[in-house]
Amino acid sequence: MAKLPNPEELSKIDYAPPSKGWMDTPTEFKPGMFCHGSKPKSLETLEFPNPREWRPADVDWKLPENWKQILLEGIADRLKKYRSFRLFMDICVRCGACADKCHFFIGTGDPKNMPVLRAELIRSVYRKEFTIAGKIFGKMAGARELTVDVLKEWWYYFFQCTECRRCSVFCPYGIDQAEITIIGRELLNLLGLNIEWIAGPAANCYMKGNHLGLEPHTIVGNLEYILDDIETVTGKKIKPTFNRKGAEILFVTPSGDLFADPGTYTAMGYLMLFEELGLDYTWSTYASEGGNFGFFTTNELAKRLNSKIYAEAKRLGVKYIIGGECGHMWRVIHQYMDTWNGPADFLEVPKSPITGTVFENAKASKMIHIAEFTADLMKNGKLKLDPSRNDHLKVTWHDSCNTARGMGILEEPRYVLKNVVNHFHEMPEDTIREKTFCCGSGSGLNASEDMDLRMKGGFPRANAVKFVHDHYGVNMLANICAIDRASLPPLMDYWVPGVKVAGLHELVANALIMKGEKERTTDLRGEPLPGKEQKEESA
Amino acid sequence: MKVLVSFFAVLVLALVAYAGVEAANLQYLFGVIIPYAAFVTFLAGVVFRILKWGSSPVPFRIPTTCGQQKTLPWIKSSKLENPSGLLGVIARMALEVLFFRSLFRNLRTQLSDGPRLAYGEAKWLWLAGLAFHWSFLIILLRHLRFFMEKVPLPITMIEALDSFLQLGAPLLYMTDVVLLLAVTYLFIRRVGIPQLRYISLINDYFPLFLILGIAVTGVLMRYFFKVDVVGAKMLAMSLISLKPALPEVQIGALFYTHLFLLSVLFAYFPFSKLTHMAGVFLSPTRNMANNSRAKRHVNPWNYPVHVHTYQEYEDDFREKMKGAGLPVEKE
Repeated sequence: MAKLPNPEELSKIDYAPPSKGWMDTPTEFKPGMFCHGSKPKSLETLEFPNPREWRPADVDWKLPENWKQILLEGIADRLKKYRSFRLFMDICVRCGACADKCHFFIGTGDPKNMPVLRAELIRSVYRKEFTIAGKIFGKMAGARELTVDVLKEWWYYFFQCTECRRCSVFCPYGIDQAEITIIGRELLNLLGLNIEWIAGPAANCYMKGNHLGLEPHTIVGNLEYILDDIETVTGKKIKPTFNRKGAEILFVTPSGDLFADPGTYTAMGYLMLFEELGLDYTWSTYASEGGNFGFFTTNELAKRLNSKIYAEAKRLGVKYIIGGECGHMWRVIHQYMDTWNGPADFLEVPKSPITGTVFENAKASKMIHIAEFTADLMKNGKLKLDPSRNDHLKVTWHDSCNTARGMGILEEPRYVLKNVVNHFHEMPEDTIREKTFCCGSGSGLNASEDMDLRMKGGFPRANAVKFVHDHYGVNMLANICAIDRASLPPLMDYWVPGVKVAGLHELVANALIMKGEKERTTDLRGEPLPGKEQKEESA
Repeated sequence: MKVLVSFFAVLVLALVAYAGVEAANLQYLFGVIIPYAAFVTFLAGVVFRILKWGSSPVPFRIPTTCGQQKTLPWIKSSKLENPSGLLGVIARMALEVLFFRSLFRNLRTQLSDGPRLAYGEAKWLWLAGLAFHWSFLIILLRHLRFFMEKVPLPITMIEALDSFLQLGAPLLYMTDVVLLLAVTYLFIRRVGIPQLRYISLINDYFPLFLILGIAVTGVLMRYFFKVDVVGAKMLAMSLISLKPALPEVQIGALFYTHLFLLSVLFAYFPFSKLTHMAGVFLSPTRNMANNSRAKRHVNPWNYPVHVHTYQEYEDDFREKMKGAGLPVEKE
């Protein structure tokens, strides 16, 4: 792996485009800017074409002989299936409003990371093969031949887009680069050109139910560690159930929450909240993944992975589903799940057993976000909270791309947060809500071999955190996304040392006063609570 | 290079029409045949384009949400930026089409030492875009007077408003000035900003010069080199009543140049990025309500897929599940 340059070097960004036109500028595969190629085993598990050993840096990608025909037919097929794709190929006027909205362009200065140009990479081929003007005038009309070099360029840049949709907010026609990247990656997958960081977790999820490949007994085991930690902090022994038929609610969250901190602290939060409510719910080891790396692969694979959630809800006979904190998971649940795998007519409209609130907004899909659930509890005064337990934290809120721009869950988590912390400071307004910046590692790019890319892509996010860190002493970056919890800690260590990362429900559980709990002296991380430092030492 | 090619293409087109009328007396070609052909191409092309877009379904409900979703009744949802129903969508689209709402959000990202990123206002593109499109529309509407025996009141009112400065004779239309300024700004911006120049194609410069050419010939005719307006109106009336006839009087070659460039624009329209005018209405990230959890959206090509079932999963892990005390379906 290439050595990561220091922040000072990395923030010297040259925005001047090269003197040669972009079609004549060959793509250079820079170390640290791309991920390993997919392994044959992963593709075989997923029943994907062209499984083989290959390396993106190699000249020969071992493509099938008729690769070009496969791709062109693939494009034609998707033009027929997606109005978005056909429209977005035709109507861009290249006004450039999207250019400096992309975190990868801001962080790299590479003109091919301007969303408009990333789209032109594929649009140029579309013109050549599917439009009259392109066929007649060729390069004059912005058209170009599909070659192996073009294909490599696609691969390099479609895996330098996190499908965050920020460009789409600013586009006067709503052209969404995420949609183009999604389709671009689908095309690449026709030739077996995925990255292992996506294909591996997707294969795990297909066979074992979750990205991390946790087998059923491991899930139970991991959760037991987490439960022990809860007991240490609160003195309470919680006994959740798994795969239990007849539970009222199925709870699904990203498997990252069960695996490593700070995600595990968020999982502690869910467990403590549900315990305190006496909620009749169950975990599933079969549908043990809320996230969906299939979504970063093909529409079909996303649907295949997602199918487990409804299937398990049906098998267990629950009434409805609550989903944990995750970004792209919620884009998928919110905008795709019911269409793919519904109708969920075997479930009931979600109704909080604690407050009686009926969640009309989920009356078709029957799945609600835990922040919606918790906000409702707090509004109805059903939780005893001591926000001063979070007084050692100065918190800011990171809206995740998918939940902000593919759903719009902005106020619920803020309401919850304000109920459980006393020190909350927003980042500058052009970097939050619908204008929020990606962590730089979304859409399956949170590998370790592409750290340069991640630190560059995460630069705008980190820079906004640095602003509130410098001005208000913010030391905690809260969010509702498992990829954020995995990828923001290294980003903070790199750009804004001293800022930690937490899921929303970790902070909820810190503040939650539970029945029969012992006097807490530490937060969920084992750090002394404010005012309890002395006691801790003397004890 | 791309700029020059586009510029000269438009210049040559203009000269062809001018010379064709002046030297070769091709009034009928440039006054009747080409305008008809262009208009038919425009209509057929745009209809074809829209049908083509429309023939591809919208498999998923994918609005780009730019505000708070509708959930709990006590949380104020953003009806315009994140509509949950038809009315909201109509309002969102109206804002988008009439006032370029999304472009209004535009920001300029700047990196300074520190490193520090700052986001500044950047409304010029929005302003110039809006000024350009609205003046173009008003100018088009004003031209309707050439196609009607009796000019209807709304059009007279538009003309009156447009010339309310009461400057010069003939009265100066503000939209003429605004259009020229806006198009010039859009051009300067395109060549002046390095990133924008880098992504620009002939497809971008050519329509700019073409529109500039139409505007300039129009302005020249109205304010400087007079053409026979009555003759122009007679031709226009004959075209619209499908009884094409060249007027007895000579209208002037400048008029035919103006008309020819407009014809080129019309004919070029359906094959170019200019179709964004129609396309914006079909954009699924803008014209859909964000209610996919409340209302089922159907994908017409949804098909069954190969899944890994629970039974297969339990078969793979039954012993491990039993060992961990997990319930199983089959012992």
